This record gives sequence, structure tokens and C-alpha cells, in this order.
Amino acid sequence: MMMNYFPDEVLEHVFNFLTSHKDRNAVSMVCKSWYRVERFSREKVFIGNCYAIDPERLISRFPRVRSLTLKGKPHFADFNLVPPDWGGFVYPWIEAMVKLGVHLEELRLKRMVVSDESLELLSRSFVSFKSLVLVSCEGFTTDGLAAIASNCRFLRELDLQENEIEDRRGHWLSCFPDSCTSLISLNFACLKGEVNLATLERLVARCHNLRSLRLNHVVPLDTLQKILGKAPQLVDLGAGAFVHDPDSETLNKLKNAIQKCTSIRSLSGFLEVAPCCLPAIYPMCLNLTSLNLSYAPGIHNNELIKLIRHCRKLQRLWILDVIGDKGLGVVASTCKELQELRVFPSDLYGVGNAAVTEEGLVAISAGCPKLNSVLYFCQQVTNAALITVAKNCPNFIRFRLCTLNPTIADPVTMQPLDEGFGAIVQSCKGLKRLSLSGLLTDQVFLYIGMYAEQLEMLSVAFAGGTDMGMLYVLNGCRKLKKLEIMDSPFGDVALLADIGKYETMRSLWMSSCEVTLGACKTIAKKMPRLNVEIIDEGDQMETSPDDRHRVEKMYLYRSLVGHRRDAPDFVRTL
Amino acid sequence: MEMARTVTCYESDLNLKATELRLGLPGTDEPGKQPSAGIKSNKRAFNTVALQPDSEKGDQHSCSATKAQVVGWPPVQSYRKNVFQPKKVEAETAGIYVKVSMDGAPYLRKIDIKVYKSYPDLLSALEDMFKCTIGVYSEREGYDGSEYAPTYEDKDGDWMLVGDVPWEMFISSCKRLRIMKGSEAKGLGCL
Repeated sequence: MMMNYFPDEVLEHVFNFLTSHKDRNAVSMVCKSWYRVERFSREKVFIGNCYAIDPERLISRFPRVRSLTLKGKPHFADFNLVPPDWGGFVYPWIEAMVKLGVHLEELRLKRMVVSDESLELLSRSFVSFKSLVLVSCEGFTTDGLAAIASNCRFLRELDLQENEIEDRRGHWLSCFPDSCTSLISLNFACLKGEVNLATLERLVARCHNLRSLRLNHVVPLDTLQKILGKAPQLVDLGAGAFVHDPDSETLNKLKNAIQKCTSIRSLSGFLEVAPCCLPAIYPMCLNLTSLNLSYAPGIHNNELIKLIRHCRKLQRLWILDVIGDKGLGVVASTCKELQELRVFPSDLYGVGNAAVTEEGLVAISAGCPKLNSVLYFCQQVTNAALITVAKNCPNFIRFRLCTLNPTIADPVTMQPLDEGFGAIVQSCKGLKRLSLSGLLTDQVFLYIGMYAEQLEMLSVAFAGGTDMGMLYVLNGCRKLKKLEIMDSPFGDVALLADIGKYETMRSLWMSSCEVTLGACKTIAKKMPRLNVEIIDEGDQMETSPDDRHRVEKMYLYRSLVGHRRDAPDFVRTL
Repeated sequence: MEMARTVTCYESDLNLKATELRLGLPGTDEPGKQPSAGIKSNKRAFNTVALQPDSEKGDQHSCSATKAQVVGWPPVQSYRKNVFQPKKVEAETAGIYVKVSMDGAPYLRKIDIKVYKSYPDLLSALEDMFKCTIGVYSEREGYDGSEYAPTYEDKDGDWMLVGDVPWEMFISSCKRLRIMKGSEAKGLGCL
């Protein structure tokens, strides 16, 4: 082995070129000396399930860790399937890192519970802390943000995406000291409360390296105009409120400021909008590569279309279904560089009428040759459409389709959608993520097991007919990491057929299926490195649970550290 | 929402089917679409669970007509739902009623201007209601040439010509409407 004669520094230098976790993990398994060099040189660690490992073991393996990414709750927690207080607390991680002398610089959390105490501890403990990214987290208030602003002297990034944050009417933004000039990225779009506008302007003015700024809905258009004047170097902008009298001096000033912002490539926000003001941003659209209007219900169909006609370089588009099939046709003919499309439903509380059908998706698939990632909420879909989409787009990496009625058949043939989704998995050989919906039998799972060789994540709801469905997937998809199933008739036979498989996966979620308590206990008994958690919100536990009892929610995941000690009453680890 | 989950662990023992809440007339076994062979009806089968017990309208047709809110479907992030919800509630409850007077008419009318989506929409409704012609708006001439011109009183108490400002702004500032005779309105249009 030639490489063994290289000094460690050389190996370390070579490993520095490996940026992906997968590559670093692979390298660490080659031999003992590579393992040793790799672990001492690893600075970025990604933990997909915070309960798979504990902070002490992590830090002992990677003592030089500077950047930590943690994910907490299972994905279906996004849709209210996981009760509050389930877990995913970041405090123990921060506490451990403080105790063990980690020089933390970056913390990225998703679906975790973050308390103000943890933010305060974080802010006071790590001198070179630079970057905090919180996605879909909860449990903190603006007081926690105030601590971060006050104490993290070299903060570069504060990125809050879609968190539930309690607004304490403090002045967290004012807590950034006058000496703070290091901000590169500031995103507070999800905050509901007021911010001091003058403070915001001054902060932006002194942070000359600010590249990304996303405002919340209270920041009015005239503040935006002033901010753009002071930060023409911005690359990513999230507008707050975009409402003004179109004939005003302010709007003219905004247009002038926009002329000077030649670097903007990404646009989002418009949480409140007066459509007549939109033409002011057309000059920005020419160079946009990313556009997210999925939180802008105030923009109607025709204005959306007018705007999109200017966006010829778009690679990523997130939009509401008000765009309609015709609007998607315009996207298809305009956005030839499009790689990722997400169409979200706008009518969430009505009778469930989406404004797009399979026609829009087909148009996009035909017009956008680089399309590789789709999330599409629609009224209906046909097998024919899916087959066409599959033929047009063999490069899908992610394909998620949600019919508003989860068991709707092909409206033309009245058949299940097995053939359509089957065509997708057969054609898209690189498919890593798939979400199904509509009327589906075991057949679609047969196709998935047969063809989806690269599939890592599968989401299933109201699908399948017998245990065979789930078995096809477990037997066939060798690279499967996450499987989440709701309301499908899969039971013990499928669950128990190959329990070793679950150690090769990150997690399995099954809710409202046919699995019984007895089967779950069997797995727990045979597989010490799997945690089998039952979530029980009713009174099932009190009425002496029988093993034949159907389990309402089961979450199963591999772990190196056994049962977690912070599980609430309604979670029972078997 | 909990009633949607019929926990039938001892299905054969308890005969929960008898007390199960569903859509459809009593006596019908499988309302809505007949699923094809190989599909079991799930415990929370989307088309057989009535989540609002008062909606026993015997609707046996496609389930898209139900206001079913099965937890977890559609799979939209709760954050996203919360962002949209306040707007929805506002839109549904508040109506903006303003008095409408027309020169020469014996009594006034009242309309909900929130119901209209745009100026042409509103103006054609007014033309209909008062049996008059208002004509077409132009920035330069106002409604010059028409028999009547629509005006409104704004928040500051000033009388403005309908059509000058963006629709959204008009809705939020209009306190009452007055359909003026064309000859009188000339003064407003010429500014």
C-alpha cells in the first residue's frame, strides 16, 4: 500500500479535497491509518438522525469538529403527525460541545427543538462561532436571537427558514453591536413581529459583505428601497411587504436602486404585494437563477405570467398553483435552464381544488430539458401524462407528486396510477427521492423494487393492497435510507420479513398501517441496534396492550447508543 | 379529528362498523368509488370517513367534494399552512359595504366592494344596478363623454375619481360611492 508511506499531513491534505460526507465516510473505512487521519482532520459532520449517536461519542471520534449539522424529528412531523414535545432537543449537544472544548463555528439544525437557553449557551461559549442555520425548528423566541446577535462577535450567517418563533417584542436586531460588520447572510423572513427599521438600515449599511438578505413581512417597500441603495452587492434578496402607490417617488427610487443591484440572482418573499408594483423588479428577473414566490398569494395568475416571461435564466422556481396549466406552459417556453420546480397548493382550507393538472407538468417536462427535481401538488394526474413526463425527463433525481385527493384514479381510464409511476422509476435511473399519491396497488411497488436502484427516500400514503407491496420495496431498493408510510395496508408479514434491512437504513415510519405491537416487540428484541418507538396519543397504553393490538404510529431507527433518555410519556421505546 | 380514527383492533369482537361514521345513506356499504381489486379499504380511507357528522348529505360522489381534513394530507408543512391561514380567515369574514348614491335617484344602495375583482367588474355592476352608462376610464380624460362618472369619498374625506389608483388601494380607502352626472364630473376629469 503505497499510501501508507505518506506522512499523515499528506493524507490529510488529500482528504481536504473531499467535500462530501459520503466520500469522507468511505475513505475512513479503507484502513486503520486512513481512519485515524480522517477522523482528526474532519471538520464538518452531518448527523441525519440526532438519536443515532450521542454528542460524547461523536466528539471523541471527531475532536476537531467545527461544523455540525443535525436533524431531529421524522419528516412526517412537518404534517402534524408527530405530537409536540416528541423530542429532538439541541441543548444536550451544545452542552456537550462546551464541556468537551469543541471550537464550534457552524451549527445547522433541521426539525429540532431549540430553546432560548441553548441559543444563549451557544452564543456565550464559542468564540469563533460564525454560522447558525435553523430550518423548521421551534422552541425559541426573539430573546434567543438577541443573545446570538449580542454575543457572537464574528457572526457571518443567521439564517432562519420556516421556524415557529415566538416574538417577544424585544429589539433583537438592535442587539447587533455597532462593531458588527461581519454579516454575510441574514434571513428573518419567518419572524412575525416588528423590527426596528432604522436599526436594520444601519446594520445593512455597515455590513459591506452582505450577500443574502431576507426580510419579514413588516419591512415596507420604502425601507427596501433604502436597503438596496446601501447594499447593491446583494446576491439573494427576500422582499417583505411590496406594497406602494405605483406613481410615487419611492417607487422611482426603488427602480433606480434595482438598476444598481446587478448581482441579484435569487429572489423570494413578497409576503404582501401590490401587483402593480411588480414591474419594478422586471430588470432583476433577467439574471435570476432562483425565484420563490410560494409565499406570495397576492400575486395573481396574469401578473405571475408577466413576471416569468422575463426570467429566462431561471434554474429553480417555487410557485403557487395559481399559475395554472397555461402559466406552466409559459414557464416551459421561457425557462429553458430550469432544473427544479415546486408547485404548492394555494387553497389549503377549501374544498381542495388545485389550479393545475397533469397538463402543466407535461408541458414543463417537454420544455425544460434540464429538469431534475419536481414537487407538484395537483388536482389529478393520468398514467399517460406520467409516462410522457418519464420519457421527456430521464434525469429526475427527485420526483414528488401529490394529488389533493390521495386515492384519486386516472380520471380518463379510471385505472390506478401504477403504470405512470412505474414509468417514472423505470426511466429515471438516478432517482433518489420519490413521493407517490393517487390510487395505487401493489403493482407500483413491484416496479419500484425492480427499477428504483438508486432510491434513498420513499414516501407512501393510502397506497398498496397487501404486504407484498412493502416487501417489493424492502427487497428491491438496495440503497433505501428512509421509508415513510401512512395509511397503507402493510402489516407484520412485511415488517418482519427482513429486519436486518433496517440496520442499513436511517429510519422507517409507519402510521395507520396494519402492524401490531407484537411484531414491533419482536424487532426490538432481536435487534439491539434498532430503536423501535411507538407513539401513542390515546389511551391504548392504559388498557393493558395486547400484542395483537394494531399500532397507530411506529418510528424505527438505527442507533449506536440505545434507547433515548428524553422520550416523553406518549413515546414508548420497546 | 380524533374521531376519524376508528380504532378497530378487535374488529370482529366489537362490530365497530355499526357505529362507524361515514358519508352516504344508511344501508349503503361502500359509498363513493369502488376501489379495484387488491386495495383494502384503509381504516382512515379517505372516501368513507365523515369528519363532520352533520354533513350527512348522502353525497355518494367523488371525495373531492368533502371538506375532509385528514391529518397529514395534503402533505403541506404546517408552517406554510399557518402562513396562509390568517389571510384566509380575513378574506372570508370581512366584507366592505359602502353606500352608493346616484344623482337623481330617489334612494341609495349598498354594495360589498370586496366581491369585485377589478374596476371593470365594479363598473359593470353599477351600470347594471342603476341602469346607466358609465363608459370607459382613461387616465387623461377620466370618463369624459359618458353620461355618468363614478366618484368616491376616500379616507381623507376627499372626492376622487374612480379608477385612478390601484384596485387594492381603492378597496382599502373607499368610504362611499357617488355616481355623478357627466356634466358635473367634468371638473374632476380635467385635472
